[in-house]
Amino acid sequence: MAVPTYAGPLERTWYYAFRFICALIFFFLIAPILVVVPLSFNAEPYFTFTREMLTFDPDGYSLRWYRDFWTSDSWMSSIRNSFLIATGATVVATVLGTLAALGLSRSHMPFRATIMGILISPMIVPLIISAAGMFFFYSRIGLAQTYLGIILAHAALGTPFVVITVTATLSGFDYSLTRAAANLGADPTTTFFKVTMPLILPGVISGALFAFITSLDEVVIVLFLASVEQRTIPREMWSGIREAISPTILAVATILITISVLLLVSLEFLRRRNERLRGIRE
Amino acid sequence: MARAMTDGGHPAPASTMMTAEGVPLKVSLRRAERRRRLTAFLLAVPVLVFILVTFVVPIADMALNSVRNPEIATHLPETAAALQEWDGEGVPGEPVFAALAKDLAAAAEARTSGLVGARLNYEISGMRSTIQRAARRADRLEAPFREAFIELDDIWGDPVTWRVIKRESHPYTPSFFLAALDRTYDDEGNIVKVASNQEIYVPLFMRTLWISLAITALTLLLGFPIAYLMAHLPMRTGNLLMILVLLPFWTSLLVRTTSWIVLLQQQGVINDILVWVGVIGDDGRLTMVHNLNGTIVAMTHILLPFMVLPLYSVMRTIPPVYMRAARSLGANQWTAFWRVYVPQTTPGIGAGGVLVFILAVGYYITPALVGGQSGQMISNYIAYHMQRSLNWGLAAALGTILLAGVVALYYLYNKIIGVDRLKLG
Repeated sequence: MAVPTYAGPLERTWYYAFRFICALIFFFLIAPILVVVPLSFNAEPYFTFTREMLTFDPDGYSLRWYRDFWTSDSWMSSIRNSFLIATGATVVATVLGTLAALGLSRSHMPFRATIMGILISPMIVPLIISAAGMFFFYSRIGLAQTYLGIILAHAALGTPFVVITVTATLSGFDYSLTRAAANLGADPTTTFFKVTMPLILPGVISGALFAFITSLDEVVIVLFLASVEQRTIPREMWSGIREAISPTILAVATILITISVLLLVSLEFLRRRNERLRGIRE
Repeated sequence: MARAMTDGGHPAPASTMMTAEGVPLKVSLRRAERRRRLTAFLLAVPVLVFILVTFVVPIADMALNSVRNPEIATHLPETAAALQEWDGEGVPGEPVFAALAKDLAAAAEARTSGLVGARLNYEISGMRSTIQRAARRADRLEAPFREAFIELDDIWGDPVTWRVIKRESHPYTPSFFLAALDRTYDDEGNIVKVASNQEIYVPLFMRTLWISLAITALTLLLGFPIAYLMAHLPMRTGNLLMILVLLPFWTSLLVRTTSWIVLLQQQGVINDILVWVGVIGDDGRLTMVHNLNGTIVAMTHILLPFMVLPLYSVMRTIPPVYMRAARSLGANQWTAFWRVYVPQTTPGIGAGGVLVFILAVGYYITPALVGGQSGQMISNYIAYHMQRSLNWGLAAALGTILLAGVVALYYLYNKIIGVDRLKLG
């Protein structure tokens, strides 16, 4: 959208002013995230740029908060917990969500809208309400303060993402391919693993990534359901911000930002692959 | 119909089409159809059961907590029964007091008197210690119990106390919902508004609503220009800019909240810059976080991608010809934009707006960390009653009201836009 040739001076000014406004908004979006990265290398226990940092004095920078993080037992155990819980929750959510999506995308599905509504609800209900409900119920059946309880809770939160992404992938699915496979003598299981699965895999993986990141980032349910033993990374950050505020959380934040960049790149890659796969078919 | 024909074993009329097995084609097709519906449904059964058990049932159970009122009915059963006879006038007679002495002695034995005390304390402050004291001495009290109790504490001679106990001896109560709506019972048992200086929750709901509306408006104000820009740039540049929207979207919530504390606090980056530039003096540092401002700024930042993404996907589908037509028909740029372009973006504005509003209304983490006192929302009070005051009935009542609002919005969203069209990333 270049400036049209017929544009008057006012329009021309507005064109550049608009770009400037947009630049400011993008700055608002991205600056808060980027600002923590250099601050995490601060040599002093401050949350702001020191004089040494601004003059690029090497003494102003250090890795002490990363060392702090790396040598802290509670942070290390929180990493283990986070990945254990997120992996468990992702597996459950992905398997169940994919199955449901396979059913939901068939034209023969009865009560489609109602079922979809129920399956999406964990995404819509405020987390504090989910957490409160789970706290009472899971305590009563002995699942509170256990890994299994948190994994199940996070799996419930991750399922809608898998259902949505896989249903979206299946919306362009060509069912004549499965009919062809069946016609050529493959039983339903073989058809699923040899024909359907490879085609919907990008959708399944991106749904799984969504479920994984949801669990990795979730803190409200962990606050209510976890004991000290099951503390996850965001739970540690929560107490880091609330109680003992130290720049170690900036180091953790930087690591998490790196992880999200990696996830973003892999999702983009999956999206392109998905488009390519569909392109071949069309 | 089909079932009746086949099950009944009546031969089909000769004119119907038959399959190779000799079954009418219509029946066979219908049967196949039914089988496929069943398979499709069976695929969704595991996840449906899973979500119901791990998610829906716990929430329904919590919602019931808001009306459940078992303490007095279970732990003071004889008193509750004896009070059924009482007409609510004056102080009840000796049988009620005798029953109370018996119940309290049993409760002290079973260590449940604390529950009764805590429950009655929500209605009449000070009842916790009154009940504890009475329970401790209950087995040593002697007839006439009425005089003995009143000697122990004047409150037992007050008809109001007994009216409250009678009212709350029912296993279900509306009193938590009344409290959540700043209503209470007066001494005669009528529902009245609490004194205006004690109103907490109605103003809190109002504040939550307007904070959420403000955030929705802000995200629209900031999201609209950049969505417009990205939708009208060449695909490649647009996608590049999209990364700037998606990166915050994918970054941990806690990280983004931390960033805002780092930026906004008194010794933080923005204050440092302002001091350095000379806009404010070193002693005049602004308080921008741990108050309402912190909540609004941080939440606007966190929820902005949820507005941009639906707006962008709608704007991409708007053909540019309408704008050109409007211009060539004599509209100036503003008129063409306002009268022709904006109306076409309403589905995106609706989708993004409802989504942001739903998410904002129930937000907990960010207000808790950067909201201070003035930036607290309803979720924070639910958490407070869950974890600190342990008034679970009130927490459940507040939660149920919030949930009802969100579900209503979700239903609207589903009706207007459809969850199927929800796009991610």
